[in-house]
This record gives sequence, structure tokens and C-alpha cells, in this order.
Amino acid sequence: MIRVFVPGDMCSVALGADEVCGALALEAAKRSMAIEIVRNGSRGLFPIEPLVEIETADGRIGYGPVFPEDVKALVEAGLFEGKPHAKCVGKPEELPFFKSQTRLTFARNGISDPLSFDDYVAHGGMKGLKRALELGPVAIVDEVFQSGLRGRGGAGFPTGIKWKTVAEAAGSKKYIVCNADEGDSGTFADRMVMEGDPFQLIEGMAIAGIAVGATMGYVYIRSEYPFAVTAMEQTILTARKRGLLGKGIGGGAYDFDMEVRMGAGAYVCGEETSLLESLEGKRGLVRAKPPLPAHKGLFGKPTVINNVLSLAAVPYILAEGFAAYRDYGMGRSRGTMPIQLAGNIKNGGLYETPFGVTLGEIVNVIGGGTDSGRPVRAVQVGGPLGAYFPPSLFDTPFDYEAFAAKDGLIGHAGVTVFDDTADMLKQARFAMEFCAVESCGKCTPCRIGSTRGVEVLDKIAAGEDAEANLVLIEDLCHTMKLGSLCALGGFTPYPVMSALTHFPEDFGRPKPQLEAAE
Amino acid sequence: MPDYIAWSPEKAVEVIGAEADKEGALMPILHALVRTFGWVPDEAVPLIAGILNLSRADVHGTLTFYHDFRRHPAPRHVVKLCQAEACQARGSVALTAHAEQKLGTKIDAHGHTHGAVSLEPIYCLGLCASGPNALVDGRPHARLTPDRFDALMAETVR
Ligand SMILES: Cc1cc2nc3c(=O)[nH]c(=O)nc-3n(C[C@H](O)[C@H](O)[C@H](O)COP(=O)(O)O)c2cc1C
Ligand code: SF4
Ligand code: FES
Ligand code: FES
Repeated sequence: MIRVFVPGDMCSVALGADEVCGALALEAAKRSMAIEIVRNGSRGLFPIEPLVEIETADGRIGYGPVFPEDVKALVEAGLFEGKPHAKCVGKPEELPFFKSQTRLTFARNGISDPLSFDDYVAHGGMKGLKRALELGPVAIVDEVFQSGLRGRGGAGFPTGIKWKTVAEAAGSKKYIVCNADEGDSGTFADRMVMEGDPFQLIEGMAIAGIAVGATMGYVYIRSEYPFAVTAMEQTILTARKRGLLGKGIGGGAYDFDMEVRMGAGAYVCGEETSLLESLEGKRGLVRAKPPLPAHKGLFGKPTVINNVLSLAAVPYILAEGFAAYRDYGMGRSRGTMPIQLAGNIKNGGLYETPFGVTLGEIVNVIGGGTDSGRPVRAVQVGGPLGAYFPPSLFDTPFDYEAFAAKDGLIGHAGVTVFDDTADMLKQARFAMEFCAVESCGKCTPCRIGSTRGVEVLDKIAAGEDAEANLVLIEDLCHTMKLGSLCALGGFTPYPVMSALTHFPEDFGRPKPQLEAAE
Repeated sequence: MPDYIAWSPEKAVEVIGAEADKEGALMPILHALVRTFGWVPDEAVPLIAGILNLSRADVHGTLTFYHDFRRHPAPRHVVKLCQAEACQARGSVALTAHAEQKLGTKIDAHGHTHGAVSLEPIYCLGLCASGPNALVDGRPHARLTPDRFDALMAETVR
């Protein structure tokens, strides 16, 4: 029996992986060869997807990108024996893109069979839960606190402090809510965890449940991620059968169960209180804080709400001890970040690395520059609410505080590259338009201001009173920043103002001296 | 295209009943109705309100807040083209213009269409290194070019 790996990951499937499986099965049948196709997650380098891997005595040999029409010739050249071919990439883990990573959260992704509990355990799964059961709630919270883990959903709030608040809150019932709304353009790490290593997320949620005394969890997944929904639903069923969910999880004294809930195409439902409203069956209107979700969250009960990556980092921290995680990183940004290389970039994909790498290294060295081969003009970091950075700021290290100091944010670590054909006025306009489309409607600056912003930018584009209208945009951004309840209205000024500050020539203002001198 | 069944209140009551015992059942119910019928007619509102013991206004509020809950019968085919930044950086604006011309329709969040195919925006599918991307009748497609888009449409409306 020859074991063949073809990712079942949504991106690989969008590139033809299902058809590749069909073609492989056909070629094997023609030769009466017995093959087993495992649908692994993606290893995370998308220019080589669909990546077909063959298990050999010497390890796994990869071929990619393999499209359905390539399969026949590849099999004739000896793909099933791992023989050389122009599409052969050798052992994938030896590629520089993978070799230079520090994969803690993504250690199994692309390697193990995501839906197999036995494979999960064989690749180091369940160790975190086992140690958590030995430590007990108070020590688990301390371990997470000491690790320095900060929320990966965007705000970077210390996860240990959040858990401590919920652990100490009085309540007969508490919840763990996993925020898998991942609405930011340029991000896909949550999707890859859910599709490629779903047991790890369940283990992380179960540990959170033990830590704070919660017995029920929900993972709220955006509807744009149908593959993740299916993977999580199937995995939850298996986890119940194998004692990772249900009564006495992991053979200990704690009960924990969970369900999948699906979003319905509203970006604002990624905001934690809007998400809770949605889970309760209501419109996704943002709640005023206080009360914090930690005190009054889902159905008014104390609730931990964390991003997928925050929860998925927990099994490693518990298994290896807080110091193993904390010792990576820089400043107050500890551990690793799964950075997502997106947009017009040659080596697009998932790159997990300790904090501290510079934006320039990410884009030019790891990412290999633009996919179009043209010069990089701008990089948007942190999704639709993140700032556009020009190459002159490429020395900024990937660190929460360093990005804030440059009027930007890391957010969920999406890095979207644009080449020199980008029109930054259009990007600013899009930011305002997106805010107008997705506003929950509660605050006037967000709801009306964004629509007004689109109109004013259109006037600037048409050359009407450009300077007066630019001053108006600056005022509008100021008002949105100060007068919005949540970061949708509050942070939309980041992309708008950064575009205007770093690329004034696109708005009819003179080009800045610094860049002209380069 | 997905196999939807024609709207029937009897079937709707069955679908609603199957989800009604969940905590926060309204979202799962609305999703289940869309999965079954392809849309949620206004007639469903009093049925849901009655079964969940909610006001009609509450049900209506939730139904109308979310982009996903279609309130008109589903078009035969739905093409959702990603309009978000990472796809813009890879040519989605030009692809959208091509698609609009090809299908003779404007991209429209409400899925109103005169032809067999409705062209709707979607904001990110999480395939952001491989755009421009689309969902065609629920199936993902990456690295679209005008030619690949045309081929896809030829297969879809065949
Ligand atoms: C408009 C808006 C959208 C957001 N979208 C997401 C999202 O998709 N996923 C996420 O984890 N956090 C998102 N957040 C941040 C959450 O409000 C919250 O900070 C996060 O879920 C907390 O989890 P963490 O501490 O693990 O990061 C969003 C915030 C805003 C204002
Ligand atoms: S800023 Fe916008 S999205 Fe946020 S609460 Fe106000 S209106 Fe809603
Ligand atoms: S489906 Fe939204 S108005 Fe018709
Ligand atoms: S921006 Fe189009 S898939 Fe993410």
C-alpha cells in the first residue's frame, strides 16, 4: 500500500486538489496499484499547492504544484515511487520556507491526518490536556499567564489575565467561546488550524474549560469557511467518542462539551460582543463595555472569548511548560506568531516565527517580493482596519508595540502586499466603503461618517477642492476614531490616514521628501 | 446548483422544530431554512416566533441583519466574487469588471439577477495568497483569470 498525501485544505481544493485525487486514483487503478490517499492539511506554501506527497522509506517526497492534467505524466515518470521530476520539490520540510520556521502551533499542520485522533496523539497531541489535569485550574491559569500569550485576534490582551477574571467570577454556568470569525482580508491561519489540526483547537478549549470552570464551549465559524465547519463538526463527534469531550475528559474529573455555530456573513460579528449577540440569536450589535464578557458574556454568564490561535497555542504551552513558549519573541510580544503572507506576494502562505522579524524580511526575504515581479508599493498589515506601510518602514519589527509606535497594528498578522500599480486613494476609499457596508449601525461616526468618507474621497479623486476635502477627511477620521464604540469605526482611520500620510501623491499632495530622495 | 425544495410551511415547521431546543436557536434555524429552501420568506417569521416564543420583531431583526439569509428565492446559480484587499492586490477589480460584462449584470449584495447567474460580493474566503477567488454554487475556486472565469461559467450554466 502506497500512502499518498493530497491536502483537503480549502485553498488546495480551490486549486484543484479534489480532481488531482480523482486522477491519482484512476492512474493507480490502471496499474493495479494499491494506494491510500490521506487528505492532510496544507503545509502552508500556496504556490506549490496542490502539493502531492508520497511516503517513501526515506520520508515524504513532494510534488507541486500538481494540477489534474499533470497527473498522468507524473505517474508515468514514477511519482508513486518518489522518483525525480521537474515538479518534485524533494522533502517539503527541507524547503527554506519551512526549514526557517518555528512551528509550535502549526507543528502538525500538513503532516498528520487532521481527522484521525490516533494520528493526533501519535504526533504529540493530548499531552497538554494530560498535564493540565495534573496541574489543576489555578496552576493552568498561571502557566498561561507566565507564557506571556497575548490574544491573537487583534487586541493582544494577555490571555492569562482574561482567564483569571473568568475563573474568579461567580457563576453556576460559564462558557468558552472560540472566535473563528476570521473576517480580516489577508488572514487564513484560523482556517488552517480548523481544517488542518482541529483536535488541537478542541484540546485548547477543553483546557480553558478546566482552567475557568466552564463546561460548555462554542466555536463561532464564519460561513465563508464551509470546510472548517465540516472539519470541526466531524472532529467534535470523534472527540466525544475518544474522551476528549464529554464527561470526565481525558480521564480526569472535569466535564466539557462544545458545539459549532456558524456566522452569516457579517464582519462586525468578529467583534467579541457582537459575536456573543449573534450566538444568542440576535442582531450583531456591539455591546457597550462594561460589563466585560468575562463577567457577563454569553447569555449573561462569565465567558472566555478567545481567538482560534490563542486557544490553539495553549496545548503546546501546557505540554512543554510556559518557559518554552515565553523564551521566544521580543519585548512584551512573547512566543511565536503565525504570519500570513497574502496578496501580491511570491511565496504566499503561512509562516510561523517568533516575534521580532522585520516587515522587510517578511515581505522581501521570506515572501520573495511581489508575485507580479514589480516593485512593492504598500503592505497592509492587520486586515481592513490595519495601516498601509511603505517600504521606508520595512525596518519595523513584528511586535505589538513597535507597530503601534508607527501608527499601525499587527492585528491577526495578515500581511497583504501590493505592487506599484496600487492606487492608494482607491484603497482608502475601499476602507471607508467596507466600514459603511459592515457597520453595525450603532454609532453615527461609523455609520454615517464612513459613507461621507466615500463621497469626499470621490470628490478628491475628481479633483474637486482637493485640499479642502483632504482636511475634511482628516477631521472625519479624527471624529470616527474618537466617537466609535468599537474598532470598526475606530480603526478604519488607520488604513485611510496611513494611505494619505505615506502616499500623499495619490491624493494630489506633493510626494514626501524622504521617499523622493531614495 | 444545490437541490432546494419549494417553500412549504409544513416542512418549515419540521426544520425549525429540529433546531428549536438549542441554546440561541435562531441562527441555526435560519441557516437550516436557507439550506432547505434556498431562502427565508417573510412567512417564516411568525412560524419561528411562535415556536421559539420570541416577538416577530426580534426574528425579523435577526433575519434582516445578516447578509447570508436570502429573502427572495435563490437564483439558479450564485457566483460570489471576493472583493477584499488581498484579492484586489491580485487583480479582483479587473476580474469583477470582466464578470459583470460576461454575465450582463452588476455585482450586487442582494443577489437580484435577471439571468441564470447571480453575481454577489464576498469579503474574503481565506485563500488570500492565491486570488482572485470565488465561490461558485458553494465551491471554492482560486487564481481566477478572465479565461478561467469564462470556462467555469461554461461548466456552471451548461
Ligand atoms: C470589527 C471587529 C472585528 C473583529 N474580528 C475578529 C475576528 O474575526 N476574529 C477574532 O478573533 N477577533 C476579532 N476581533 C477582536 C475581538 O473583538 C476580540 O478582541 C478577540 O476575539 C479576543 O480574543 P483574543 O484575546 O484571543 O484575541 C474583531 C474586533 C473588531 C472590532
Ligand atoms: S463603531 Fe461601527 S461597528 Fe462598532 S459599534 Fe459603532 S456602529 Fe457598530
Ligand atoms: S435577497 Fe436581499 S433584498 Fe432580495
Ligand atoms: S481577500 Fe479574497 S480570499 Fe482573502
